[in-house]
Amino acid sequence: MAVTDDTTRAGGIGARMLRKEDGKLVTGEAEFVDDIHAPGELWMGMVRSTVAHARIAAIDTSGAASMPGVQSVLTGAQLADMELWVAPLPCAWPVTDDMVNPPHWPVATDMVHHVGELVAVVLAESRFAAADAIEHVIVEYESQPPVATVEQAMADVDHAHLEHSTNKAYTWAIDPDPDGTQAAIAAAAHVVSARFVQQRLIPVAIEPRGVLAVPSPMGGDITLYSTTQVPHVLRVMVAATTGLPEQKLRVIAPAVGGGFGAKLNVNPDEILAVALSHRLGRAVRWTETRSEAAGSTHQGRGQIQHVELASDADGKLTAIRVKIDADMGAYMTLLTPGVPLLGSFLYHGVYDTPKFSFTCEGWFTNRTPTDAYRGAGRPEASYAIERAMDMLAYEVGIGTDEIRRRNYINGGEPFEMWENPAGLSFDSGHYGPTLDRALELADVAGLRAEQQRRRETGAIRQLGIGLCTYVEICGLAPSRALGGLNYGAGGWEHATVRILPTGKVEVVSGSTPHGQGHETSWSQIIATKMGISPDDVTVLHSDTALSPLGLDTYGSRSLSVGGVAIAMAADKVIEKARKIAAHQFEAAPEDVEFVDGSFSVAGTPSKSVHIQELGFAAFTAHDLPDGMEPNLQEQVSFDPPNFAFPFGTHVAVVEIDEDTGGVELIGYYAVDDCGNQVNPLIVEGQIHGGVVQGAAQALYEVAVYDDDANIINPSLMNYLVPSAAEMPSIVTDSTCTPSTTNPLGVKGVGEAGTIGSAAAVINAVVDALRPHGVTDIEMPASPMRVRRTIEQADGGAS
Amino acid sequence: MIPAAFDYIRATSAEEALAALTEHGDDAKLMAGGQSLIPLMRYRLVTPGVVVDIGNLDGDLRGISVNGDTVRIGALTRHTELEHSAELEATCPLLNHVASLVGDPAVRHRGTLGGSLAHADPASDLPAAVLALGATLVARGPGGEREIAASDFFTGFLESVLAPDEMLTEVRVPVTADGWNYQKFNRRAQDWAIVGVAVCRGGRGVSLVNMGPTPMRASAVEEAVAGGATAAEAAAHAADETDPPNDLNGDADYRSHLARVLTRRALEAAGFA
Amino acid sequence: MVANAVQIRLSVNGESHDLEVEPRTLLVYALRDDIGLTGTNIGCDSSSCGACTVLVDGRSVKSCTMLAVQAEGAEITTIEGLAATSDGDGLHPMQQAFHEYHGLQCGYCTPGMILASVSLIDEYPDLDESGVREGLEGNLCRCTGYNNIVKAVLQVAGKEA
Repeated sequence: MAVTDDTTRAGGIGARMLRKEDGKLVTGEAEFVDDIHAPGELWMGMVRSTVAHARIAAIDTSGAASMPGVQSVLTGAQLADMELWVAPLPCAWPVTDDMVNPPHWPVATDMVHHVGELVAVVLAESRFAAADAIEHVIVEYESQPPVATVEQAMADVDHAHLEHSTNKAYTWAIDPDPDGTQAAIAAAAHVVSARFVQQRLIPVAIEPRGVLAVPSPMGGDITLYSTTQVPHVLRVMVAATTGLPEQKLRVIAPAVGGGFGAKLNVNPDEILAVALSHRLGRAVRWTETRSEAAGSTHQGRGQIQHVELASDADGKLTAIRVKIDADMGAYMTLLTPGVPLLGSFLYHGVYDTPKFSFTCEGWFTNRTPTDAYRGAGRPEASYAIERAMDMLAYEVGIGTDEIRRRNYINGGEPFEMWENPAGLSFDSGHYGPTLDRALELADVAGLRAEQQRRRETGAIRQLGIGLCTYVEICGLAPSRALGGLNYGAGGWEHATVRILPTGKVEVVSGSTPHGQGHETSWSQIIATKMGISPDDVTVLHSDTALSPLGLDTYGSRSLSVGGVAIAMAADKVIEKARKIAAHQFEAAPEDVEFVDGSFSVAGTPSKSVHIQELGFAAFTAHDLPDGMEPNLQEQVSFDPPNFAFPFGTHVAVVEIDEDTGGVELIGYYAVDDCGNQVNPLIVEGQIHGGVVQGAAQALYEVAVYDDDANIINPSLMNYLVPSAAEMPSIVTDSTCTPSTTNPLGVKGVGEAGTIGSAAAVINAVVDALRPHGVTDIEMPASPMRVRRTIEQADGGAS
Repeated sequence: MIPAAFDYIRATSAEEALAALTEHGDDAKLMAGGQSLIPLMRYRLVTPGVVVDIGNLDGDLRGISVNGDTVRIGALTRHTELEHSAELEATCPLLNHVASLVGDPAVRHRGTLGGSLAHADPASDLPAAVLALGATLVARGPGGEREIAASDFFTGFLESVLAPDEMLTEVRVPVTADGWNYQKFNRRAQDWAIVGVAVCRGGRGVSLVNMGPTPMRASAVEEAVAGGATAAEAAAHAADETDPPNDLNGDADYRSHLARVLTRRALEAAGFA
Repeated sequence: MVANAVQIRLSVNGESHDLEVEPRTLLVYALRDDIGLTGTNIGCDSSSCGACTVLVDGRSVKSCTMLAVQAEGAEITTIEGLAATSDGDGLHPMQQAFHEYHGLQCGYCTPGMILASVSLIDEYPDLDESGVREGLEGNLCRCTGYNNIVKAVLQVAGKEA
């Protein structure tokens, strides 16, 4: 879209506008859920299973119930008898008709299936009393053999759910031509066959989850404050699960301290808070502790990937065949089964790959459920193809940049609406320049020379350089496409734009930010559309009473669906205002021009009225065109015709201390293309954070379970979220290939950094270790693992 | 997470603290900065009935002074004071440097030398430093004061020779200005060392972090050095007679390897050929 | 109400507060629940994340790793009181820099990160980029990748990034 320098300077689309959100956040004024209190509130204390798989033989609540400040202690069986819910917790994505979906009740009644599953709830008068009482609820378990790993699940000897004779939940495939794929692999000059492990990750939004449900006993209304990314989805699901009337429920996501997917679920605590507050007529609350989160909040990744990548003698791809074994954990939560599928269409990456075959099997284990985590399926896909491309480069004997160039879709030249072998249309792409720019930005030629020097001198600290050109799929999405995948919701987004009587503008957004800066970006869209100051715009969101329609924020969808809806609603407001202006000018609407916020009659610039002035005219409605309704307010539900496919090339540079195995990420360069950018400052911020999250998977993070399926590193003391000290400065640049999916030409950027970085970092680690003959290393590349890999490659112990 | 309930005594003198310890025995815990104790209490791994807070005591219990060839450090001197002390930098730079690597700045603002030593965590930095330096620890109890060699102080995992009714009051280290090094290897800067090695050339002291249930001297390395071995030769003995733990960051074999690598680096940096 | 509660007087942001707390009350809970200063956040249970960082006599302290009773006699500064410690009548320069460099996204770690940064550059006046990174080792952020936080701190330290 055309953007004038004036509007850019004023804070319109394309401006590096400082965020409106910041003032409240840098002063402590912002209210998070745990900051909000209601009179008479009761604290829930959660009694969680300490064993992974067991029958609950007995629960003794008497000790806890008699403690000071304890109102009551309710076991799962007692809660079931209270008929607080009418349906189990929802899974909105039954990927196949025959998918196994064991009932998942808010509190276990007779069997527990993972450590951390709720078995009883304490209601107490204070945070302290609740914490004290849960220690005195005595639960007797009859242990069953737990399924602690995906490999154990696949062996199908022990079963995660005793009522099912297999741990397999589903098989899902995109396999248009299995014989063709097989033939291509059989005939290939080179075949890379690899197994990659996507370790389980704990999302760790720095704000733990929490809820506060406030009833109005006489009116029957309930307000649920939740640390959620999805207040709209949550409202529907709470109504469906509790049977309470949807119109009586109001869900508010106040300031939310990060989500990364971990706050898009429908959780037992949310159902409990609403149902118990409704039953007791008292506010009910809970705040998660960090270590508790390992069992109370879903985890991410958890896949074993088998990849066969075939090429001709020159490294030109001929086929890819992928088999995923995905760890569902103990239950199907909201999107659990679908997460691997979000990546399924992208296993050929940015490369023209004639034959494509993908199969995913979902497996139950007795571990915390998995679900969406930043990138959800796409980091896994990007990792697999980008690691395999490096392996293929070594096989073919060409550079890791050259193997990519030879295979980019359309030869690395620009394209629109490219049909991929999995049946999607890539909206637009232009991959070559992101690689060129990233190589230049990082000075890869200079780094290669330094790498060579260190190799020749036998330096202790060796250098590794890793590339990744990713593509991702975001902007979820066309509702019909989602319906075709058995997804339980649509993919539209809703927006309302209104000009108030004094000329100020209110935007009501159905997307729900938790760090993304929507208030700023949406104001910029309005500023450009209406030619007004972004300071005159207020954005209302994240409260179902203010914003009743919406599908929330996940999957990098907010701008490319929600932002576009806002732009479209603004257009409708402008068109209505144009009619009012024309009426005032006694001119035909088609003769009225709209420039920089003002309407005027073509050729008669003296007659002019600013759009903000028309707010009052529309409000008084004293003199509107015949038949026109009062007020300047329009709404749009935008259902995009296609997904959007952002892409980019990242370069990671690592230094490895070969004696200790320590890996230091010393440089990171990211050239991303998310189409048109509304606010480059915010885009860069999303990339920075995303890159570090992916690098953290590559080098630091893994949820470790023991043989009994107990998580052994639930706290931040040993679940290693990296700090500033472990991370380098990140150098960013961008190219711009507008999306063809929406009129703003925007894609999405919330997950891009994460989708590119794990592969880039591991490619760099393997690159550093190549002289030892190392071809792969599992994530996270911890010092011990790196050292062991070197020792094994060198054929002996140190 | 919230600690279990306890009673709180804020001591206004060492005598008062000792009297409280005598009265409450094993049920009491002495708290200086609380940087080790409070996290354990939050997880309810430690549930004292009485906490005796000595964090505000002053006088001889806090501060650094140099007497001839001995540096005297009050047990309640905070890590941040050790780190920023010009006097300590001039007389015992190893301790000055190691203090700057403990935890993170917020921990260093509260934590104390005496608290860290009394906690006797084999993964902590400062115990290794005082071992390498050949420090003397001064403890005060109902019967008065006694001096304990650092090498006699640590007896087991989070255990020392301190009696339940004793408190550390002072640490004495020899002036050792040249030939020292500390190698701390961890994955995140804020974490405990996976393995650490402290070397003090003057006293030929070499000590290890996280290579057994207690902070320990690397006796085999010290003997090899004393016998004229090169740094490389001596470092080969770094894991001798150790009992390193297995955890997520490293198993015993890897820790042994790290100990050898880091010991060689530390010896060479400290000036051993 | 509670058997062993004790009376304490805390000085927070220049104001004196008389409280009755259980000795086990962590400073962060006294600030949040008893005084109502909810700008100080809790992000973990192992003293690892630094979201609860406040200033105690001008130096960063994790308020989850200090008892409220230990804070008697000290001057505590929380994010709500930071601006008043600087000369200007608007934000403290560190708050302003976090805003101008886009050093925050969700903002949950931000109060602790800002206070840790204020303490850091006061304690170590001559920091370069690696010094700032090392100095913020005890404060975790999941949104920003630290890039712009480090720039903001360097700018306030007089080392324009």
